[in-house]
Amino acid sequence: MPFYVSPEQAMKDKADYARKGIARGRNSVVVAYDEGILFVAPNPSSALHKVSEIYDRIAFAAVGRYNEYENLRVAGVRVADTRGYQYAREDVTARGLANWYAQVLGSIFTSEPKPYEVEIVVAEVGDSQDTDQMYRITFDGSVADEHGFVAMGGQADQVAGVLKDRYSAGMSIEAALGAAIAALSGQGNGERSEINASQLEVAVLARGRVHRTFRRIRGAQLEDLLSKAKPGGKAAEGSASSGPTTPPKGGKSAAADGEDAAGEPSPGDGTAP
Amino acid sequence: MGAEYLGGQFTAACLAVGSSSFADFLATSAPDLLPGARAAQVHGDLPHGTTIVAMDFDGGVIMAGDRRSTAGSMIAQRDIEKVFRSDDFSCVGIAGVAGVALELVRLFQLELEHYEKLEGRTLSLEGKANRLAAFVRGNLAGAMQGLIVVPLFAGFDEDTGKGRIFSYTVDGGRYEERKFHSIGSGSVFARGSLKKLYTEGMAEGDAITVCMQALYDAADDDSATGGPDLTRRIYPVVALVTQDGFRRLTDDEAAEYAEAVVGERMQSPGGPNAPLRQAGT
Repeated sequence: MPFYVSPEQAMKDKADYARKGIARGRNSVVVAYDEGILFVAPNPSSALHKVSEIYDRIAFAAVGRYNEYENLRVAGVRVADTRGYQYAREDVTARGLANWYAQVLGSIFTSEPKPYEVEIVVAEVGDSQDTDQMYRITFDGSVADEHGFVAMGGQADQVAGVLKDRYSAGMSIEAALGAAIAALSGQGNGERSEINASQLEVAVLARGRVHRTFRRIRGAQLEDLLSKAKPGGKAAEGSASSGPTTPPKGGKSAAADGEDAAGEPSPGDGTAP
Repeated sequence: MGAEYLGGQFTAACLAVGSSSFADFLATSAPDLLPGARAAQVHGDLPHGTTIVAMDFDGGVIMAGDRRSTAGSMIAQRDIEKVFRSDDFSCVGIAGVAGVALELVRLFQLELEHYEKLEGRTLSLEGKANRLAAFVRGNLAGAMQGLIVVPLFAGFDEDTGKGRIFSYTVDGGRYEERKFHSIGSGSVFARGSLKKLYTEGMAEGDAITVCMQALYDAADDDSATGGPDLTRRIYPVVALVTQDGFRRLTDDEAAEYAEAVVGERMQSPGGPNAPLRQAGT
């Protein structure tokens, strides 16, 4: 037996290791809108997904190490399909899956030498916005029941801060995408990096669809949606001109106005400092 | 045995590197859920599904099935459905022991969906047809005990832009059919009807009528096949697969075609006459 390491120290080391790994990648967000749930992740690859379908009304989003969350995604599909086959399709729920993921990640965190460097969200679209569900599960198996929006990644807190200002219940998909992009491009900090369609992975769980509600938005459809959702308008101008500290209170209504104003997009809008 | 699949062994199987086949996954991690694992000696008559017809037409492929299932000489169910969507671009119809057949369809549907979710793309039509062949072969032991199931598979081939039809035998044989095919107890009569009524590249509406005529002829001569039930308003299930995907006719749409066929049969019970000689010869 080599050296004694206190459990406290061991857990802390593992958590630091996992956090460091996660922080190396980009952040992702999940935002509810009136007709469903929107997933937005910066992802230059169109084949290696960060957002995927799990079941009829359930999707999975992740950040961190690709091989690890891909492994979790496949496992989730297997669990969901087995449950649905064993019982009935409506018996597959996000809550059940989230608990299963929590068990898995928790036991990997405590018993494996290396924890998974991932953070995942399991979301389920309900019949109405009140019944939408979002669960954020972190590398150590902690589960958080979120409402309205979730941010994942190393800078999740900052990203969530921007989302909080811009999110309003019942917002349109364009507004939700605008908020997501604003959050991901770091507008809350006054800095911003331009995001275009080829670098974004966007998908929705569309409430109105029957059977399988998951749908990817890409190509021309995404370009079109992005042009309506440019985070320009008042909210962006406000935060850009008066510095990083202003958005808090007027944030929500300003964001809503901003989306309307962004209805007619001008290409230069997003890049103007 | 394990009613709830969430335990340690099952979790390990979920996390393990494996194939994209749901059936293979179940076979290794939850074998008692697979239908084949429960085959046993059967006593008495079980409900049987009867006649399914399929044909290609201009723009895709159509499949239709009557609504009757029979247990021996008794009608077991008047409104059973035997034609199903298997995924966006294919459909499957079943004849044989209904319980086993419905389970087979459920597993097949899930197999295609599971593959699509894991791989991010759908199987080729050929791949789907082969997968179904493996499932039918998997039931061989059951078939030997009398639990015979034979599917008919049809789909739209996105690569060639054409509809294709595949038939099966209990040993897992997979045969591609040209133009049209039928399975089940009334298939002999239905196929004769199809042969006389089919022409290459028919319009969608005509193709629906051909299938209705063929099913009527099957019901006319086969006691196990049900004709359109006008009193209860039960009509054949009709599925179309085109480049726009799978579509099942609504009951009202099916009623329109079925009632037209029945109306004509009021005048001539044997149905439309085929010309005695080919025009122009």
